[in-house]
Order: sequence, then structure tokens, then C-alpha cells
Amino acid sequence: MLAPGTYFMQGSQALAEAAITAGLRFFAGYPITPASEIAEHLAKELPKRGGIAIQMEDELASIAAIIGASWTGAKAMTATSGPGFSLMQENIGLAFMTETPIVIADMQRAGPSTGQATKCGQGDVMQARWGTHGDYASITLAPNSVQEMFDLTIKAFNLSEKYRTPVVLLSDEIIVHMRESITIPPKNKIEIVNREKPKKGETMFFGGEEVPPMPAVGEGFNVTVTGSTHDEYGIRVTADPVVHRKLVERLVGKIQNNTDKIVEVESYNIGDCKVGIVSFGCTSRAVYEATELANKKGIKTGFIRLKTLWPFPEKQIKALAKTAETIIVPEMNLRQVFLEVKRVAEGAAKVIPLNKVDGGEMITPEEILAKIIRSD
Amino acid sequence: MSSEFSVKTYLRDIRPPFCAGCGAFTVMNTFLRTVNEMGYQDLCKFVFCSGIGCSSWIPSPHFKADTIHVTHGRSIPVATGVKLMRPNLNVVVFGGDGDIVGIGLSHLIHAARRNLDITVVMVNNMIYGMTGGQVAPTTPSKAFTTTTPYGNFERPLDASKLVTTAGACYVARWTTMHIGQLKESFKTAINTKGFAFVEVVSQCPTAFGRRAGFKDAGEMLRWFKANSITLEEANQLSEEELTDKIVVGEFAKKEAPSLTETVYAVLKEAQKE
Repeated sequence: MLAPGTYFMQGSQALAEAAITAGLRFFAGYPITPASEIAEHLAKELPKRGGIAIQMEDELASIAAIIGASWTGAKAMTATSGPGFSLMQENIGLAFMTETPIVIADMQRAGPSTGQATKCGQGDVMQARWGTHGDYASITLAPNSVQEMFDLTIKAFNLSEKYRTPVVLLSDEIIVHMRESITIPPKNKIEIVNREKPKKGETMFFGGEEVPPMPAVGEGFNVTVTGSTHDEYGIRVTADPVVHRKLVERLVGKIQNNTDKIVEVESYNIGDCKVGIVSFGCTSRAVYEATELANKKGIKTGFIRLKTLWPFPEKQIKALAKTAETIIVPEMNLRQVFLEVKRVAEGAAKVIPLNKVDGGEMITPEEILAKIIRSD
Repeated sequence: MSSEFSVKTYLRDIRPPFCAGCGAFTVMNTFLRTVNEMGYQDLCKFVFCSGIGCSSWIPSPHFKADTIHVTHGRSIPVATGVKLMRPNLNVVVFGGDGDIVGIGLSHLIHAARRNLDITVVMVNNMIYGMTGGQVAPTTPSKAFTTTTPYGNFERPLDASKLVTTAGACYVARWTTMHIGQLKESFKTAINTKGFAFVEVVSQCPTAFGRRAGFKDAGEMLRWFKANSITLEEANQLSEEELTDKIVVGEFAKKEAPSLTETVYAVLKEAQKE
């Protein structure tokens, strides 16, 4: 673990160091641009701290291995990009269904398919939300700086441990490859959450409370983990409709019901703005300047930056829609967060998309400013 | 061990879902008898991983043990994560031929290549039984299945040979007619330091036997007995003469550094720095 202090480092390093700080014990991954540097950093640093980093044969194996490791009580993570994230989706559902805390870092690039592998994109927003099959609730965090890569990676581990669920750290090629100064706080200033463990003799690991305690294998609990529908004791129940409903509603509910505790946004001037901008990740960096320029021109402008993408910060967006006449949603995809903002605004404000999929070309402050001026 | 021993000692009180005459009963029974003979009073030193298919239900949730029942084909990489973090536990994977050499084949090869110290028990019933009898990578040529109604136009995979080539330390194949040998192989597999693979050719009277012309499980077992030949015998035969034969025996038995050994050696080295 890095000593407290100021460092100049790449996003990938900040992510990896944060994971180690959060207590990462097992990393499994498969090479993919632009996430490979995370695996490389962990391959070097994790063994020094007694943890294991292994390169698996593909992304399916990578996520399967971290699920296995998590059931030994270890904090476990994988890192990938869009194509690999797609390959992991089935087992993200398994982790959700079996309430296995894992962290999946997805460094977005320009897709679909191989697309432009070295260029930035923000097209995995909906994949992070709906990627696996069946009913699912996602926790997805979106950092916009190297500092936040550190902070939100720790938060991702904390949320996964607290809610016993997979958490996606959805970053992008720009943030993961960017180098900035970051400050590592003293150890006692960093909150680390560890999963609740059962007491001896306990048998209910899959129900009974919103987030049941999680045993580890080899501790004598005889835990039955299954991706099939199961009762509170983990026993497969393939035909009882009530068991299925109760399970799925609890799994989705434990995230939905805690939206207020999970959601984090950065906002500016939303109580008094005519134009509001909703953005996330690398795009939000241009929003700071665009907002400043617009306000200098006398157009009252504010913004909400989504540090949490899922569960969607509906309350915050609703509040913005009440004050702002127009909400602009810049993103490096063809309308994903836009659809959510429009849904939540329910016509209270005019929601305008600003999209760019020019193979990694970022949305500039000028482009956002032009949109603000036109909407004024 | 006491003659009053019952495999129920190791089982939850849950009725197994297998059809009458299914080979999974034999595999379950033989495995638990082996464990008992090895002196394990309970299964607390074991973790069982399995994927999807009838054979994956042998341990989960029936074994009174830690059982991790996962997605189709991914039991071996899950077991990889478990074994690397808990090297002192016996990690055993149960799966069918569809799970292990169909959808999950690459993981099997890589686990053997890595010499991951786990035991994989592949129950080869030559069919996708749970889904109703579709052709598998292990289905004999010309066999009738629901998806090869004119007979299988493909060739079956020899899983044990493949795993041997991939570097496994222990590989054995028996049928559900070879209980004694199977028990010995389970013992050797569990005691193997490195990757161990036990293939059990097993009867699925419901989804395979019926369409293949066997009137019941007993007839399938007699067929196993009549068609099984030892590796030594097989070495004397041509490929053509081997068609329809089940080659049984120990394909590999060797020592090599296991993955947990090499991984933990690296950790020790890295921590010196």
C-alpha cells in the first residue's frame, strides 16, 4: 500500500493501488486495451502484499475465478473493456444471484465490437445496467479524474462488501491512461468496509435479512452457493414461484431501497440555473469549463456530474429539472444517459442530447458552450 | 470403516433428482465411499464446484459440504479462484461432458496446462441429458439424438487423451461398471499434487439409451462391460478397430510442480524484495 502523500500517476495505477488499499487479495484478468495496465500493475504489486494476480484464458474464466476467490473470503477484482465486459455478463448475473462481492473495472473504448480499441468511448452505460439477463440491479460508479479513480475504486469495494453484490467501476480510456497528481490520504482517513460474516452455527446465508452474512468456504458452514433460484439456506428451488419472487425482489430491492445511501453526485449551481448539464466520466471535465464560460456570458448554468451512474440518481435529476429550463446531456455515445435523464425529467425541463462518437475525440467545452448558447 | 457405513453420512436429506437407472447415483455413491475409505469423517476439507447439467447436481446441494454451483462450463475457473486462495482444501469439480468438454473445454485444457491442483470428475454420458438428449461433443458417430435425427455426423472427442496431452498429472477413465477401479482412481486423484482428471463413462438411459436402442440402464451397463478394453489392449488395435470401444485405465500418472506451489513460490519471492 502506498504511503500517504502526493503522487503523480496514471489512472490505471491509481485504480490498482486503491484496490490494494481496499484489501484486494485476488485479481484475475485477460489482456485488453485500454485495461491491460491495471493487470500489469497488479501483477507486480499484489504479490508483494501477499495477494495473487493471475492471467486467465479469457474473460469468462477471469470473472469466474474472482467469484471463486470471493467465496474464500477474499476481496477480488477483474479489469476489462467493452468486449471483455460483454463476455463477463453471464457471470455478473451469477455474482448478483449468489450475492458475491466482486469489483469489475470496465475501461470503456469506442465500440461496438472491436471498434477503435485504443480510442475512448462511453458506450457501456447501458451494458453496465442491463448487461446480464433477467432482473438485475446494478451499482456502477464513474470516476472523472485520477484522484477519483482512487477514491471510487475504494468505494466500489466498500459497496460490494456492504451489499454483497458485484460493483462496476465504469471508467474510460481517457481517465485510465491520463496522468495527474493525486493525494493518498492517511490510512485512518480511508473508510474500508468488510463483508459481514456469520456467527458459528448460523445457517441462513441467502435471506432472512436484506443483506445476509456471508460465510467463506472451508470454515465449516457447509454453504451451498447456487446460481439457481434458492431459498434462504441456499437450497435450490426450481419450481416454487414464491421462492423466486422473494429472492429476486430482495436482490433488486437491497440496491434500489438504498439508492440514497449509494448515490453520489457532484453538483454546481443547480438551485439557480437556467441550463443544467448532466454528464459523467471524461466528458464531465469539459463541462467544468463550459459552465464557467456560459456563466461569464450571463447564462445561468449549473451541472450535475454523476459519480454514481447506477442506481440512477433520480432525485438529483428531478430537482435539476424543476429549476432548469433546459438540461443538456453530453456523452461519448449515441444517447444512453440522455434517455435516463429524459425519463426522470418527465417533461419538467427540455432535455437535449449532445453526442459524439468520433473515435475517441472528446466533446470540447466549446461544443458544450455552443449548445448552451443555442438553448438559451 | 464400519460395515454399517452409509453414504447418507455425507448427504443432505434432499432427494436427488436423477432418473431411475442414472449413472450419477453410482458416481455419487462411489465417490462418497472413497472419501470414507480415505478416512474423511466429513467433507469439511473439501470444496465442490460444479456447473450446469445433471452431473453438476451430484455435489450440489446434496453433499454436506461447501458446494459452489455456477454457470454452464465455468466450474473449473471458479475452482481456480477457490484453490489458489485456499490451497489446503481439496477442491473437486463435478461435471458432465457437455459442461466440461463442450462449453467449458478451454478451461479444462488450461487447468491441466497450469497443473492446478484440483480433481475434475467428468461424468461422460455422451449426451446433453438435462435438456432432453441433444448431441454432445462426446456422442459416438452415427448415434441418434434429438438434434441428430439422421445419426451423428461428427466424431466424438477423447477427453482423457486430450487432458493427458495438456499436461495433467493424473488421468483415468472408467465406466460405471468399474466401481473398484473407479474408487482407486478417485483416491489417487484426490491425493495427486497437481491436476487430476477422472472420466466416468456413465449411462443415461432416459436421454441417450432410449434413442440409441438400449432398452434399459442394465443393457447399457452390459454394453459398457462388453466394449471396455484396457489401454494396453487398445495399443494393439488400429483406429478402426477402436471404434465403439471404451478405452479404460490410467492415462497419466506423474509428478510435476503444481500451480499452488509455483504461485506461492512467486509470492514468497516477491515479498522478499
